[in-house]
Amino acid sequence: MSQSAKADGDQGKAGASALGRALAWLPALLEPVMRFAQRVLGARRMPWLFLAPNLLIFGTFTFLPIIINFYYAFTGGVKLFPSERPFTGMENLATLFDCRDYFDPSTCRKDIFWQAVYNTAKFAVLQVGLMVVFSVITALVLNRKIIGRGFWRGVYFYPVLLSPVVVALIWKWILQSQGVLNGLLVGVGVAPTEWLTSASWMFFWVILVSIWAHMGFYTLIVLAGLQAIPKDLYDAAQMDSASPWRVLRRITLPLLMPNLLVVIVLALIRAVQIFDEVFVLTGGGPGTATTFLVQFIYQTGFAEAIHLYGLAAAASLVLAGALLVLTLLQLKIAGGGEIKDGKAKGGAGHA
Amino acid sequence: MFHPTAKRLSRLALAVAACTSLAAWSAEIRVMCYQDGNECDVTKDLAKRFEAANKDVTVIVDTVPYKAITEQLPVQLGAGEGPDIARVTDLGGLNRFYLDITPYVKDAKYWEANFGKPLAWLRGSPADKGIYGLQSQLTITGPFVNKTLFDQAKVAMPGPKATWDDWVTATRAVAKATQTPFAMAWDRSGHRFAGPAISYGAKIFDASGNLVVDDGYKAISKKFVDWNKDGTMPKEVWGGTGGSSYRDAFEEFKNGRIVMYLSGSWQIKRMDSQIGKSFDWIVAPNPCGPAACTGIPGGAAFVALKRTKSPKEVGRFLDFMAQEAVYGEMIARTENLPAHSGVAAKGVTYNVGPASKAAMNTFVGEVGKLSPVAYDVQGYKLNRAIFLNTVTRLSQSIVGEMSTDDAMNRLVKDIDEAVKAAAK
Repeated sequence: MSQSAKADGDQGKAGASALGRALAWLPALLEPVMRFAQRVLGARRMPWLFLAPNLLIFGTFTFLPIIINFYYAFTGGVKLFPSERPFTGMENLATLFDCRDYFDPSTCRKDIFWQAVYNTAKFAVLQVGLMVVFSVITALVLNRKIIGRGFWRGVYFYPVLLSPVVVALIWKWILQSQGVLNGLLVGVGVAPTEWLTSASWMFFWVILVSIWAHMGFYTLIVLAGLQAIPKDLYDAAQMDSASPWRVLRRITLPLLMPNLLVVIVLALIRAVQIFDEVFVLTGGGPGTATTFLVQFIYQTGFAEAIHLYGLAAAASLVLAGALLVLTLLQLKIAGGGEIKDGKAKGGAGHA
Repeated sequence: MFHPTAKRLSRLALAVAACTSLAAWSAEIRVMCYQDGNECDVTKDLAKRFEAANKDVTVIVDTVPYKAITEQLPVQLGAGEGPDIARVTDLGGLNRFYLDITPYVKDAKYWEANFGKPLAWLRGSPADKGIYGLQSQLTITGPFVNKTLFDQAKVAMPGPKATWDDWVTATRAVAKATQTPFAMAWDRSGHRFAGPAISYGAKIFDASGNLVVDDGYKAISKKFVDWNKDGTMPKEVWGGTGGSSYRDAFEEFKNGRIVMYLSGSWQIKRMDSQIGKSFDWIVAPNPCGPAACTGIPGGAAFVALKRTKSPKEVGRFLDFMAQEAVYGEMIARTENLPAHSGVAAKGVTYNVGPASKAAMNTFVGEVGKLSPVAYDVQGYKLNRAIFLNTVTRLSQSIVGEMSTDDAMNRLVKDIDEAVKAAAK
């Protein structure tokens, strides 16, 4: 080692120890403050002191807006300040629920709201169902020893990194009448289709785009679950000459259940909240074919001729109610799906 | 004797104090501006000239998307936030946030004499005599026609008194002969729709001044939906998106996919710069209906906003922009129609090609033909209640979600609810 390198090393060590000494002062500085706090609050209340910053942020940016939203739902008019808004009681909720037949949105006073409710429900069921199936299949493939496994994992995860606006614009360019897809169709002699103006096609594309954009994330969760399954279970199944289908049904899926529950719940909540990419891709159209609940709230509150903040807030209460039900359902199901003593409910180990 | 460090520190303190006092003395005006062409760029340029003559004022022009003006600005203003000046198109709708700059302009009579009608568009009621802003451009809606396609198809272009039906017949013939995908397109906008509607006899207001969806409005709605369904118009413009969002059909026209395009005078600059020599285009007079041959006026205005902390400076800046020489230069450079009668009377020298010049002249000629209803609806502060809901409901009808009759019934209810809510 040269002299200068040795000197550099010594200097580095000296710098590090100086930093260590400086940092060592920090606890010493904080100690009197903590002792004082403990004297005032008592040892049992001390955790609140540590929770306080987070609670303050959560309270200001999450809890307070919920309370304000709740208040707005029971007021009317177009003024923004709560003090300037007349109290209207249940009027906004009554307007939303004013329907002759709840299964026929055209008989409702707010037909677009009910159309949005049905679209959201349909979307959540189809998108989440397909998302889970595709995520499991993809994870099963990516869990095998295939060539370029790392590359393929990256490929499937890549869309998750894209902004929803970018996703929507990419697909808009693909689907518009002069877009890439129609170009390809014409190239192979097939008549082009007006994808953006066909309600059924657009609903299909919205589901597909949303699966494409988010599947990587859920695949990753399933993949983590697959890798946590003990290999000896598969070895035992192989010794018993279990068929691959039986192995999947009796070992893989039951042991994946906790991960699948997470996937289902997260995907369901995300599906009910769907807005950004669909809004950019279709604007809720054609007509109201892809108008979802969050878009209805946004449009009612901010984009329509008259900004009906109260009605938008009431609709968001309905959405919050739906999410609450889903979350409670998830908690109940998750409670029943826990692995006990290394065995998942559903009979793992009985291959 | 001072220590050199102390000397340096005292100098620094002096400099900081000087800067702080200068900042406190100088007023800053923020202008929220959207542009179709180069309107904000030109405003920035003119603002620099204003700053040179008014050392105590700094003008910052923030260029924002149009959506920020229509959706974010009202919320900001409702919350007591926002810029000092904004360039808006919902002229009367935001009136409650406007600042009356009458006390801060040199000569209120000059404003009244030169911006008479547009000043009224910014006011809350006929009794209101305030000056709330500067109409930065006057726009007139009207159709652009791809002349090259007409020439290629050897179809005679309909004359100045031709009806919408005549134009539909002619443009369909052109589209067929030239294998152009569509005959016609209208911007996805209730404002654009209002011109033909008034031509078809829509009164827009009843005798009490309330918004009304009458037979004229229904007649053009039915025709418009049918034209979209039978392929005369590209369904994608109105039917390809939901809600009431604005979408123009400029790209379709630019790419030669439509023969005739109903938009407005603000598109001239884009036509000039983006179509270039690809094909010849002209502006035709507004086609007729049974009641009129009208487009609809409109435009954008720089409005002074109540929340400003520098009302005097805001007034001074708008007064500077309103002066004939400055305004004339802005209009010439942005290639817009003047709302200033003095500038209009003297004429504007536009540095544009012959197609743009001819288009300007046609639009100027349209001003005199505008129906009084067109002015009334433009000046009505809740006009978005009919404009935006028309877009939503007609789009639903175009894609087959409801019949045109149902769309009209829904429109009546939507307007009624919006007006009632606004009154609370």
